[in-house]
Amino acid sequence: MRSDLGLIKNLELSIGKIVEETWTEPVGPTPFPSLTTLREWDMKLLQRYKPFYLPFCDVCCLCTFGKCDLTGGKRGACGIDMAAQQSRIVLLACCIGAATHTGHARHLVEHLIEKYGRRMPLDVGGLNIQVEAPITRLVCGVKPETLGDLEEILDYVEQQITHCLSVCHTGQEGGNLDFESKVFHVGMLDHVGMEVADIAQIAAYGFPKGDPDAPLVDLGYGTVNIEKPVILCIGHNVVPSVGIIDYMKENGLDGEIEVCGLCCTAHDMTRYYNRGKIIGPISWQLRFIRSGVPDVVVLDEQCIRTDAFYEAQRIKAPVIVTSEKNCMGLPNRTNDSADAIVEDLVSGKTPGVLILDPEKVGEVAVKVALKVTPLRKKFKAIPEVDEILQIVKECRQCGDCRRACPQDLHIPEAMKAAMEGSLAKLADLYDLCVGCGRCEEACPAGLQVHSFIIKAGEKKLKEETYKVRAGRGPIQDVEIRNVGSPIVLGEIPGVVAFVGCSNYPKGGLDVAEMCREFANRRYIVVTSGCSAMTAGMYKNEEGKTPYEEFTGEFTAGCLVNVGSCVANAHIAGAAIKIANIFAKRNLRANYEEIADYILNRVGAVGVAWGAYSQKAASIAAGFWRLGVPVIVGPHGIKYRRMLLGRADREEDWYVYDARTGEKVHVGPAPEHLFYAAETKEEAMVMIAKLCMRPNDTTKGRAIKLTHYIDLHKRLYGTMPEDIHRFVRTIADIPVTMKDEIIKILEEKGWKETVIPDPTLLSRLIRKKKE
Amino acid sequence: MVMSAEPWQTAEIPGPKKALVITKPEVVAAMIKRAQHPVLVVGHKASETDFEGGKLVDFIIEFSKKTGIPVVATAHMIGEFAKRGFKPAAFMPAVDIGNRLVDPSWTGVDGKGPHDLALFVGLYYYMEWTILSGLKHFAKHLKTVSLDNVYHPHASWSFPNLSHEEWVKNLKVIMEKV
Ligand code: SF4
Ligand code: SF4
Ligand code: SF4
Repeated sequence: MRSDLGLIKNLELSIGKIVEETWTEPVGPTPFPSLTTLREWDMKLLQRYKPFYLPFCDVCCLCTFGKCDLTGGKRGACGIDMAAQQSRIVLLACCIGAATHTGHARHLVEHLIEKYGRRMPLDVGGLNIQVEAPITRLVCGVKPETLGDLEEILDYVEQQITHCLSVCHTGQEGGNLDFESKVFHVGMLDHVGMEVADIAQIAAYGFPKGDPDAPLVDLGYGTVNIEKPVILCIGHNVVPSVGIIDYMKENGLDGEIEVCGLCCTAHDMTRYYNRGKIIGPISWQLRFIRSGVPDVVVLDEQCIRTDAFYEAQRIKAPVIVTSEKNCMGLPNRTNDSADAIVEDLVSGKTPGVLILDPEKVGEVAVKVALKVTPLRKKFKAIPEVDEILQIVKECRQCGDCRRACPQDLHIPEAMKAAMEGSLAKLADLYDLCVGCGRCEEACPAGLQVHSFIIKAGEKKLKEETYKVRAGRGPIQDVEIRNVGSPIVLGEIPGVVAFVGCSNYPKGGLDVAEMCREFANRRYIVVTSGCSAMTAGMYKNEEGKTPYEEFTGEFTAGCLVNVGSCVANAHIAGAAIKIANIFAKRNLRANYEEIADYILNRVGAVGVAWGAYSQKAASIAAGFWRLGVPVIVGPHGIKYRRMLLGRADREEDWYVYDARTGEKVHVGPAPEHLFYAAETKEEAMVMIAKLCMRPNDTTKGRAIKLTHYIDLHKRLYGTMPEDIHRFVRTIADIPVTMKDEIIKILEEKGWKETVIPDPTLLSRLIRKKKE
Repeated sequence: MVMSAEPWQTAEIPGPKKALVITKPEVVAAMIKRAQHPVLVVGHKASETDFEGGKLVDFIIEFSKKTGIPVVATAHMIGEFAKRGFKPAAFMPAVDIGNRLVDPSWTGVDGKGPHDLALFVGLYYYMEWTILSGLKHFAKHLKTVSLDNVYHPHASWSFPNLSHEEWVKNLKVIMEKV
């Protein structure tokens, strides 16, 4: 048997040192899958959700034969066509994303092993979380118990990422769907890497262990006490921040200094130290540095502006870079004495250093902050209002800033108003600006357009004081047991995860509004990364942020922040645990069956409203392979291809009934796998729609339809035109809308159908039809 | 004033094949008249863009009524049309209509067979150029026209970057000539 063969071979080859005696579950068919092990599953998904390619560029420029013109069906000098080229670039992007998380995980695990030893147990929630690593168990078929066990898992992930990356080489894969299958593969690996990173840091650093009551922590520029020395950490790797916090605590300085963060480091810092402050998402980097508030800037890795060192120099703040991946051209002072480094940074002899020892980073950052603060007097890089009113007169009204702005903001008009003495229009841009700085690069007059916007919006910036629940990590097994049944039956209308970066089309408020809308509708709402911060940047009439308004327990009507980007693994993990803990499907190396279960039964949708990075691409890919659809904001269309279902193609929407083997038409549920929404309104209607699953009970379907129709009516002003595709029996119809809907069904020639025990895997049919 | 035919977004540098510039609006009118089965895709910005005291969407409605070209409303535009008592032929996400247009066997928004001409207006610039790029590469049976006031390099035909006034004038000429 194919599966037996795979099983024996892989067990011998790959499991190596991993202790697995304690896990009695039999190994499923796909332990440590290779590039093609799950290809059949991928092709099933890709048949239904065919890629729609949106080439970002007409040419290929990857080799010296080129550039090659790939327009109009032409092939490159290597033979590749445009469809394959687009999916090749998607694969490349996902390899970058997966390598980034996995590289981060490797570093973290190595560091923690050095500090705490290989045998340190992976406790991520004690008895409350017995399935500590659902993705790893599912993919690899092993149950990691100690920090040391994670090394072998990373060996596998790294090996597979290398293979996937090699597929991107000129003259390898030629089939676009095979590229896509490999995209899914690397996305799946990415989730393993993320899980490893997060469970390692939770266990070693004592982050909240699946705690629904994780503390509320401060969020926003206005929460920073600027009277104190301020250390700003940017990036995604908490290790140097831990060095800083530990040093402060050990020396009784934690009341004296403010430690704050941007991006995911900020999340992880507050999981370790609840007095840490989160400034905001990635797009706050320029505005916060230029404000002059940080006295020391510490950079670790990922999502750092590569001009952060230059920007910090403008405010005369010393910089410490701490990662091999980001040395910024600075001298390596790892082996020098802390005091010598401190002296050089404080005196300005050197504006920045590379220190690869996190403990030394801690000591140096704290000492420098204490010494440099009285000297630098919060030197700003943002001009004062009267200065701005003078400089703007140099604006030529050429419009280059607007044409460079990804949001097409009406900057020239705002500049014109400024030339006439009013900064009000510039202030209006503050909420919409994603802080990329392209406007300034474009300006032929060298005007600091972004700085002007920040100054104009300064009042808003200073009023940014919010709360966000510190990242809680995994979802408890008991929470899964409680919600499993209502989710699978459709009574909890869906699980919506707001994840990712901050390339928002119309400012961040949209994210907060979407979270509130779905939490109020009693969906399970989960957040992570920059979206989790953005969701907190809003207050209701009572002055409460969404995290104060909704519970942190994983249940209907919640708002759960799992944590930093690597904590996204817990969102996928929760879906997997629903199949495993609630539905008792075997987990161990049983990927297809679990993914099939999720696709057909778990109404989960990911929303990356401001997705921008390659990591966001690979995270999405990991969700796709599991059967979880992902919606991105309009900028996400630049990921080069969508995976779209065709509701109008009847033949695409059949599943097997596992009871009888009969093929049953189940309608377009879920309709798409990857999809860019144009507006917030469209995204909201689509979230409700994509939560529908073939397995919904009649009661559950009625609830889901109620939300879909209700949102459609409110946001589109009309009834949806595809209700007939989702009503399977008369009982599915929401009672309050019965007459209206029956009329539509009659017009559409609707016929009742059965509700199957749905699966796409013929091997799961229990009684084969004769 | 007619600005040069450079893409509106500075770095959106096209490849070897870029849109022909509509210098005379009459050309578009003639293309529409010649087309067997055109379709007009209208994005959400049509309700935000001013047009002669009203909004662009008001012009679109008149245009569709006059030419009989079926309208596909994307995003929440359907509500904006409904408010004005106009019923588009279909509403669907922008990526969905793009995806259907690449399929030569798709029978169109009205079931009357494949479209041979697709006009676009009112999407985010970057959404429109990516969708037009998809169509340029994968919908050989289809010609595309952007009716926005900015240059869309991936369309078959596009206006250059135009001032608002110039653009309004051009659209009115098209309306007259169809
Ligand atoms: S990799 Fe292929 S398509 Fe790309 S430039 Fe080289 S030969 Fe041309
Ligand atoms: S910094 Fe803001 S205003 Fe400037 S280009 Fe970027 S988004 Fe536009
Ligand atoms: S690019 Fe500079 S000069 Fe041109 S309009 Fe913008 S601010 Fe003015």
